Amino acid sequence: MKRIVLVGNPNVGKSVVFSQLTGSKVMISNYAGTTVEYSRGQLTTNHETYEMLDAPGTYSLTPSSKVEEVAASLVDQADLVINVVDATNLERNLYLTAEVLEHNVPVIIALNMIDEAGHKGIHINIEALERFLGVPVIPTVAVSGEGLKKLVESIPLAKVAAFEEKNPDERWAYLGGIIRDIQEIEHRHHNWIESLQDASLKPLTGIPIAALVLYFAFQIVIGLGEILAGLIETYFFAALYEPLLIELSLLLGGSGFFHQVLIGKLINGSIAFEESMGVLTTGVFVELGVVLPFLAVFYLVLGFLEDSGYLPRLAVMVDRGMHRIGLHGYSIIPMILGFGCNVPAALSARNLESRRERFIACTLMAVAVPCMAQLAMIVGLVGRFGGAYLAVVFASLFFIWIVLGLIIDRVLPGYTPSMVIEIPPYRIPSLKAQSKKLGMRIKGLIVHATPYILGGILFVNILYTLGVIDFLGNLFSPVIQGLLGLPGEAVSTLLIGFLRKDVAVAMLIPLGLSARQVVIGAVVLAAYFPCAATFTVLVKELGAKDMFKSALIMIVTAITAGFILNLLLDRIVPAAWLASGLIILALILATLFGSTSDRRELQDLDHAA
Amino acid sequence: MEKSLVEMKPGQKGVISALRGGPGFYDKLAQIGLRKGKEVRKISSVFSRGPVTVCIDNFQVAVGYGKATRIMVEVTEGEENCSGR
Repeated sequence: MKRIVLVGNPNVGKSVVFSQLTGSKVMISNYAGTTVEYSRGQLTTNHETYEMLDAPGTYSLTPSSKVEEVAASLVDQADLVINVVDATNLERNLYLTAEVLEHNVPVIIALNMIDEAGHKGIHINIEALERFLGVPVIPTVAVSGEGLKKLVESIPLAKVAAFEEKNPDERWAYLGGIIRDIQEIEHRHHNWIESLQDASLKPLTGIPIAALVLYFAFQIVIGLGEILAGLIETYFFAALYEPLLIELSLLLGGSGFFHQVLIGKLINGSIAFEESMGVLTTGVFVELGVVLPFLAVFYLVLGFLEDSGYLPRLAVMVDRGMHRIGLHGYSIIPMILGFGCNVPAALSARNLESRRERFIACTLMAVAVPCMAQLAMIVGLVGRFGGAYLAVVFASLFFIWIVLGLIIDRVLPGYTPSMVIEIPPYRIPSLKAQSKKLGMRIKGLIVHATPYILGGILFVNILYTLGVIDFLGNLFSPVIQGLLGLPGEAVSTLLIGFLRKDVAVAMLIPLGLSARQVVIGAVVLAAYFPCAATFTVLVKELGAKDMFKSALIMIVTAITAGFILNLLLDRIVPAAWLASGLIILALILATLFGSTSDRRELQDLDHAA
Repeated sequence: MEKSLVEMKPGQKGVISALRGGPGFYDKLAQIGLRKGKEVRKISSVFSRGPVTVCIDNFQVAVGYGKATRIMVEVTEGEENCSGR
């Protein structure tokens, strides 16, 4: 089977073309670096079937990040390249085209977003472009499917242009020379969407906009999530599911091993979805009753932020702050994705340039960014003791994020270079694309999480039955009881936390903990170690050695944080004061201990120049 | 007058006259479209060493402070509208 590779600059719509042509479902957003690994699909035309690969976006075949390396290597393995070019940004896109045409491979060009170019007053002479490049150029609007049929029909017409190899300067000079003959740009006045674009980049308006966006995103996720969870509980769990389980419980005789595993403990003779700890009771409830509603709303909000093009603007606003913890603004994207699930977040850290940045970003994300599944459980559990305790959990994680970042940035040699990112135009997210993406993500949760959640609960029950939990509880009691002030049985939550953090938080419920203990449990569970799925990805991304360092940092951080909370919370400082104190202290420390990266980068640039 | 991107005022236009860094720095910026001879307009910058956002041709690029101090522009003034993306 012949192999077609889709190549192009970031955010030009390669994944849209890919999913339209192959029918495969892939993630699509409006920012550079959505695709970090290539996706594979099949394209069947009248003549034959091709294997199609969707490469991550790259500006050049001389790569500067791990993501771009993937793209460059795919071109070498291609039988045919479809180069997707952003018509609104021709000159820069053609640089990569020129590089591709220097390879000995047949090429066709999809001149994408040709509609948007028209709106912007950019007129491209397609025949002239074809003549100059020597390969077919097909204008397309991938989102609506316009031109894609013609693109497929043109596959047999692809040609090897065999451009002579040039150095970068020669390539630019060459492109600069011909671009005037190919495109004409009319001047247009700003419309309202462009004014909003500028407003979200200027600090005076941009910072309040960023604060509002984050505030509303948070409010919507928590508020709408709770409403949805309430509805599911009333109309599904209470009305339909519970009576069914009561029947089953009777059928199993109310006790015994199978009853223990499937239904769990009966609390006062009835089923308690949060405490019974059976696969069918707590397992199903955690996944469908708590995690699903919050995650669905989170991904709804995230999808909107991704597709509108706001995230890179947020990156600009937070760049300054992120520099202090050894990162730059674009690292906010893995952090935000991490609130959904840490796995895609760790993958998206590939877009960061240096190994140093990837290490810092992955470590901070894994320690201090709990995924939505875990968050939903934390909100449910800690929230019962009042908002102040919930605030302590969030404030502690924020404090850890900042202080750990400050420390790692100082200790690690080297520096984090400042960012260079393209800011995409705002686009109004399409309802169809949004619902498709949400559907993919929810399906992903159900497919990937179900075995872990159910398996995790099964595993706990077996460990309890075998007495392993009691044994470990005694073994680790100096740390668990002595330092963290938790009952020995809490060791079981740390074990299960490696499988699923949401189930682990749920396991704190039957322990009957005090408010202080619940807060400590939640923070330690969030920080101590990534879940198995994240761990696997992190080992792959960071390498075993760096992951070992990272894991060591996580464990030490979690125990220290738990110990400090155990000392202070409610014994010395009331919850509300502790929460505000931690946030203020973190901000003061961040202000006092600025980044060393700025100075090191400037020295380096001057040295190189 | 030659100024760095950081020193330029929002709204000012000019032509990139020098990129003061090593070859890696030069290539990275060139790939995204910031090259010697390109016309740029500064849109905004975030205070206290924040990134600078500029408009080149038809698109916007945000450059972190460190790199922005080493991108030199021959400022030509003028407030002409950059058709802005």
